[in-house]
Amino acid sequence: MKEIRIHARAGQGAITTAALLGYAYFKEDKFPYAFPHFGAARMGAPMNAFVRVDDVPVRLRSQIYEPDFVLIVDATLMRGYNCFSGLKEKGVAIINEKEELELPKMKPSQKVFLVPASDIALKTIGRPLGNTTLIGAYAAATGELKLETVLEVIRIRFSGKAMEGNLEAIKQGYDYVKHKLLKG
Amino acid sequence: MKELLEGSRAVAEIVKLCKPGVISAYPITPQTHIVEELATMVNNGELSAQFVNVESEHSAASLVLGGVATGVRSYTATSSQGLLYMGEVIFNIAGMRLPLVLTCANRAVSAPINIWNDQQDSLSLRDAGWVQLYAENLQEVADFHLMAYRIAEDKSIMLPVMVCMDGFILTHGMEPLDVPEQGQVDKFLPAYKALYKLDPAEPVSMGLLADPDYYLETRFALQETLKDVLKLLPKVSAEFKSVFNRDYKDCLIEEYMVKDAEKVIVAMGSVCGTVKEVVDELRKKGKKVGLLKVISYRPFPYQRIYDSLKDVAKVGILDKAVSLGAYPPLAAEIKGAFCGKKKSPKVISSFVAGLGGRDITPETVKEVFLKLNQKEVNNEFIDLKPELLKESYGE
Repeated sequence: MKEIRIHARAGQGAITTAALLGYAYFKEDKFPYAFPHFGAARMGAPMNAFVRVDDVPVRLRSQIYEPDFVLIVDATLMRGYNCFSGLKEKGVAIINEKEELELPKMKPSQKVFLVPASDIALKTIGRPLGNTTLIGAYAAATGELKLETVLEVIRIRFSGKAMEGNLEAIKQGYDYVKHKLLKG
Repeated sequence: MKELLEGSRAVAEIVKLCKPGVISAYPITPQTHIVEELATMVNNGELSAQFVNVESEHSAASLVLGGVATGVRSYTATSSQGLLYMGEVIFNIAGMRLPLVLTCANRAVSAPINIWNDQQDSLSLRDAGWVQLYAENLQEVADFHLMAYRIAEDKSIMLPVMVCMDGFILTHGMEPLDVPEQGQVDKFLPAYKALYKLDPAEPVSMGLLADPDYYLETRFALQETLKDVLKLLPKVSAEFKSVFNRDYKDCLIEEYMVKDAEKVIVAMGSVCGTVKEVVDELRKKGKKVGLLKVISYRPFPYQRIYDSLKDVAKVGILDKAVSLGAYPPLAAEIKGAFCGKKKSPKVISSFVAGLGGRDITPETVKEVFLKLNQKEVNNEFIDLKPELLKESYGE
């Protein structure tokens, strides 16, 4: 079983991110359970979305406290919260990069990827919604999902300009991390 | 076909396959996506139904009451304050013997305001004369809706059914489920033919005054019919299995590792999945633990539960609701099942957890199992924050 925790603000597409990750895992014949946890019911309020995935149907219904993977859509959330809380020993965090980002001390076995997702999204989608870029980065950073599966999900879920933009965002997010990994 | 759907979407898909002719909704909080999806389907022409937006839940319930009364299969969904506001009509629908199916997205009730999950809303309406089924996962949610219409519209029953699914955890959760074909559904659920209906050609009256000479018998009849539901549910479940190849046994309870268990948790709804995970974990360590999941809370399967738990040493009931000033709603029934009986667990403790969306984690469940080592406790709240319990008043 693998567990993903997404940190965002309401309105930043965390649920869509969880849903797209869920779809991609589903396409790869896994059993996902993707679910949100809302804070205050208003735009901009900090909220989480989660994906729990396994080779058998997921029964566990609690929130995720010890994630394998953390996606941080809005780095300003790191000011008030420990977004890395409970991250597993070999956990991977993918962060929508923000200038002057101060990272907490991570364990040597944990990996952090800073991805300029908002910038990439602005260029590809035309709006600073970094979610899909982060999903591309997630596929590259974790090896959990094939790039082609993620792209297929985007082709099913989006159409027209939004599809084109998001496909490009995912590819760029993926390539950004792959490039970083190659450089070491 | 296996699909990955959000819970609310899954309900809309399954309701569409049931072909209701009338759907009503008060479309703002605490409503769910269920009726949004159905409205889209009606608008697209995927579903031929009258979809009526009304000005309150009281009207939403009244409208579908009218729909079923004219002999048309009807549907609505609500939760929390919305269900409570329907309350008066909810009693009427059962009293008038109208086979409505309603989805309750289980959520906490005010005050204080809380939009999150527990099961206080539907359990507060337990005495209304409705059948209440509680689902653990999205497959059950979908399948119970199909069985709900079958039970409700059975000529020997003619009672409304509430399918209860945990708010957010299931309504907003996405997971794979098998969505049946229309042909399968048609085979299992034939078109509704009312025994009696409002029809200008053959006028009848419904829900009239029953004075002291008549009222008592109407309530007795409801009580007797709900006993019949206990017998019908297993039959409908068997037929369901023959069409859809999914087995809910008697569809009254589910026993998970109960047979040789020394400690059993009794619960309802999605938390049962979490309990099963903990049961598996503790079993691996050699602990003899199990889960009894109650599916049908109304009618309550006392005999079935007695047979299942009579030789278990310790039982812990995990309620996601309270009956303030008394035992919690599920605990009261479980204790009642052993009252005056020959055999009984030595300990029947009752616990309250998860109110207002407080997360029920595997640790919560383990604590319940652990507390079964102690002497019997009642209304023990789990995961309380002591720092929030200090009283302070302004000067």
